[in-house]
Amino acid sequence: MNYIPHTAEDISRMLSVIGVKEIDDLFKDIPASLRPKSFDLPAAKSEFEVTRSLRLLSGKNASGLVNFVGAGFYDHFIPAAVDSLSGRAEFYTAYTPYQPECSQGWLQAIYEYQSIICELTGMDVSNASLYDGGTALFEAMMIALRQTGRKKVILDSGVSLIYRTMLYTYTSNLSIEFVEIPVAHGQSCRKELLKYLDDKTAAVVFQNPNFFGAVDDYSDMVEEVHRRGALAVASVYPVSLGMLKTPGEMGFDIATGEGQSLGIPLSFGGPYLGFMAVRNDLLRQMPGRIVGATVDSEGRRGFVLTLQTREQHIRRHKATSNICSNEALCALRAAIFISLLGRGGFRELAERNYQKAEFAKDVLSRIEGVEVKRSSPTFNEFTVCLPCRADEAVNRMVEKGFACGFPLGRFYKGMDNYLLIAVTEKRTKEEIRRLADSLEAVI
Amino acid sequence: MKLIFEEDKEGRQGFSYGASDVPAAKPLPEKYRRKEQASLPSLSELDVVRHFTNLSRLNFSVDTNFYPLGSCTMKYNPKFTERVAAFEGFSQMHPLLPQLSGGGMLAQGSLEVLYGLEKLLSEITGMSAFTLQPMAGAHGELTGAMLIAAYHKKRGDRRKYVIVPDSSHGTNPSSAAIAGYEIKVIPTGPDGYMDLEEYRKNLNTDVAAVMLTCPDTLGIFNPRIKEIADMAHAAGALMYYDGANLNALLGKARPGDIGFDLMHINLHKTFGTPHGGGGPGAGPVGVSSALEPFLPISRVIRRADGTFALDYNYPESIGYIAPFYGNFGVLLKAYAYILALGKEGLIRTAEIAVLNANYCLARLKKYYELPFDKACMHECVFSASKQSENGVHALDIAKYLIDRGFHPPTIYFPMIVKEALMIEPTETESKETLDAFIDIMIEIAALAKDDPSAVTRAPLNTPVKRLDETRAARQPDLRWKRP
Amino acid sequence: MDILKDLFYTKDHEWARIEGNSAYVGITEYAAHSLGDITFVELPKPGEALKQESYCATVESVKAASEVYAPFSGKVISVNSQLSSNPELVNQSPYDKGYFFLMELSDPAEKARLMDAESYRKYTEGLSK
Repeated sequence: MNYIPHTAEDISRMLSVIGVKEIDDLFKDIPASLRPKSFDLPAAKSEFEVTRSLRLLSGKNASGLVNFVGAGFYDHFIPAAVDSLSGRAEFYTAYTPYQPECSQGWLQAIYEYQSIICELTGMDVSNASLYDGGTALFEAMMIALRQTGRKKVILDSGVSLIYRTMLYTYTSNLSIEFVEIPVAHGQSCRKELLKYLDDKTAAVVFQNPNFFGAVDDYSDMVEEVHRRGALAVASVYPVSLGMLKTPGEMGFDIATGEGQSLGIPLSFGGPYLGFMAVRNDLLRQMPGRIVGATVDSEGRRGFVLTLQTREQHIRRHKATSNICSNEALCALRAAIFISLLGRGGFRELAERNYQKAEFAKDVLSRIEGVEVKRSSPTFNEFTVCLPCRADEAVNRMVEKGFACGFPLGRFYKGMDNYLLIAVTEKRTKEEIRRLADSLEAVI
Repeated sequence: MKLIFEEDKEGRQGFSYGASDVPAAKPLPEKYRRKEQASLPSLSELDVVRHFTNLSRLNFSVDTNFYPLGSCTMKYNPKFTERVAAFEGFSQMHPLLPQLSGGGMLAQGSLEVLYGLEKLLSEITGMSAFTLQPMAGAHGELTGAMLIAAYHKKRGDRRKYVIVPDSSHGTNPSSAAIAGYEIKVIPTGPDGYMDLEEYRKNLNTDVAAVMLTCPDTLGIFNPRIKEIADMAHAAGALMYYDGANLNALLGKARPGDIGFDLMHINLHKTFGTPHGGGGPGAGPVGVSSALEPFLPISRVIRRADGTFALDYNYPESIGYIAPFYGNFGVLLKAYAYILALGKEGLIRTAEIAVLNANYCLARLKKYYELPFDKACMHECVFSASKQSENGVHALDIAKYLIDRGFHPPTIYFPMIVKEALMIEPTETESKETLDAFIDIMIEIAALAKDDPSAVTRAPLNTPVKRLDETRAARQPDLRWKRP
Repeated sequence: MDILKDLFYTKDHEWARIEGNSAYVGITEYAAHSLGDITFVELPKPGEALKQESYCATVESVKAASEVYAPFSGKVISVNSQLSSNPELVNQSPYDKGYFFLMELSDPAEKARLMDAESYRKYTEGLSK
């Protein structure tokens, strides 16, 4: 199957216009010595054949487990209208809106997305999206390094290990000094942090809720960070912002996060949505595309890509970032998702997640030998300590039809018995009760 | 159109999660709660549907318009790949599931897709192995630059520079700089090829790598590419292939055979996954065997029993560049696309893409200046320099094309061509479509002589006329604010 | 294109007006015109030490960003704060209201390396050929 419309007659007429005999003449610049040594690929298949074989493959995934795994990536309900609207080909088969007059739909949608991100985070300005929450955190750190001219970064250990290891990879040639502040009872050790915070610190990074699900108010820490002339960077879970104090309210300079929970399927790790919003004075340090409103020659409102001099296609090696393609379609999904939910629906979503997780805590804490960690308030995810290895319990739970949580021993030494459990609005009371009953049976 | 915020009405709610089936819990302490609620738009579902449907109609797209945006390969994106990516077995997979139970037995389907795609891409490009994790072309370049650094570091070799030609995509120097390299830029000679003398002068043992795209951004295949690679290797530098223009080479040449050590592919260009209004894309990076130990983890392996697993045991790996396995949904669509086209379909893709570009070149070269008069590969680059003498610039031509229903070619790039018109028709466009586009381009050339203002006043038929970009930059208005 | 007599010029199109031991610095009308509508100017901080011919400011239009190099070595005394809200002054009045900053000269003899108005006029004519 291919999608080429040319008839034999078309081809011969085109060749004669070009003035060559055969198609191969068009490739004469490629010397014979550089022709492929091998091109051993399968023969073409029909749409039906490929669809059938991939349907079969999809069946080999255990996608039907009742999901209590979160760890930064959540199983939320996606209203049908998100799929049907973002699936309009006028959106998904267009590209970056370089020509504004024929891209007003995209440009306005991104402007609306930027506005929504600002409203959620309580920050001043947002860009048009980044790849994911981890690369967004890296870009935020780069802003802080440029802005302060300093080289030291303090990471709270409550920041997802997935993101911390990404930061280490990206900076391996940049001589950045990293300090990790331990977490005690699920929360940031403020005293430890103050020990390391100094005039050489470019950025301090927190996550809220942190990886263990604990919710905090970092306002006091942000104040300390600013006193030292450093920037405070937050990585946040957007659904929690229907309820939790925002990075803006806490005084953070940069808010980033993973936007997957806003109407984007889990899809085995991507495509996801990195978002970033900053205070006004960091605007020109922001990476990526930004859409702005302006007027046309008749005074009507219209939208354009703006402040492009920050970007790689103009400033090349001095750009604020190398990003070109971003995750626009995922940003669109987020904008549609939020618009469908509205103020009320979004608050309801946050409250429902909180309520269900509290219910699950309550039910699980009644199991003998299971300790629900309660030293900090949580949003929709929490830590429990089992009387056995958590990874083994998880394996046994798979057989009962549950992905019952994330075993923290995979990321943290000494936490082999700890399980991180996420409860979204999709989990029913009955599923939560069955989770508890099954867990009781396997531990 | 109104902003969605301007369609808001207090008291209207389009969506509800229904009654809660769990008892009310003790509320979260006030200290942790947001004080000011987000001013999100509240509309009925129909309002939202109408808003975004009407917005979509203000866009040009491949499905509605010919979109010859040079360097972006805006080919037709087969619909069936969307259906495949939406299979619940794929779309509902939590990425941490393989971390739970014995090496990925819960994700055999997804892992097989990744494994299969890696093998196909390796064969198509002549590379030894791929990482599928980079989430866009530029992300692939950054990954590549980190691989280059790891390779030299392992050899105890501290190298400072990356060489790029002045015709390169802006992402090349930018990606290398973010990985810590300084940039040396080689000018393009009068023949349209990279100036080999300058290149020779700049090559030394301080150069870590040479980043090139081939065919280059002028759409020209440099017949001396092998020599360029050999010179780099003689100086101990690596050759990086920017795969943005791979569409022209499918089955005709492989970067690995030419002597490139590493490369990225933009799956959203060559392998037909939708561009999504600016993304998501995917930028897998392929490497020669010498660089394979440094690839990011995790990697997907096939065990002796035929099952698939994630392997983290690569002590020389640069580490983690993505949270998981890349933009899986995009990778899956590219996999389906390659399986459908098969060997012959891929070869035919390159052939017809090049035929279409050369047809545009042949029919238009009487009317527009060709800065480098050569046969092209998948795209051709004209200059509107003749027309601009009469005040008709590339930008004006672009706007006139919009009025006539065609998405304009790329006009701001390559920077080395003034008034550039970079046309990449792709293989999925018919002769009839090309002829219609070419006829308008010829009409514009005539108007530029006889009635320039007919072009410079365009566009007239668009939802907005020319926008004041200076105002947008001087007085940034980047978000709606509650009045 | 206006080129003022009493100023000194660089080949990168900066100008300097010497007043005693200090100088006002800006970019020439030629530079402002070729950049098009200026949208943003990033200025050095008062007190910052500059070296002749080294980077000191950035000037941006919608689709370009250009670096500005110091015509003299010395310390920045004050900057033109008008430019942050009215970058168009660089287009409208490049030699007066659109100046960039005032600097103290550490070595006024450095002017030997700059062009006078006549040489700069010839230089720009050569560029446009």
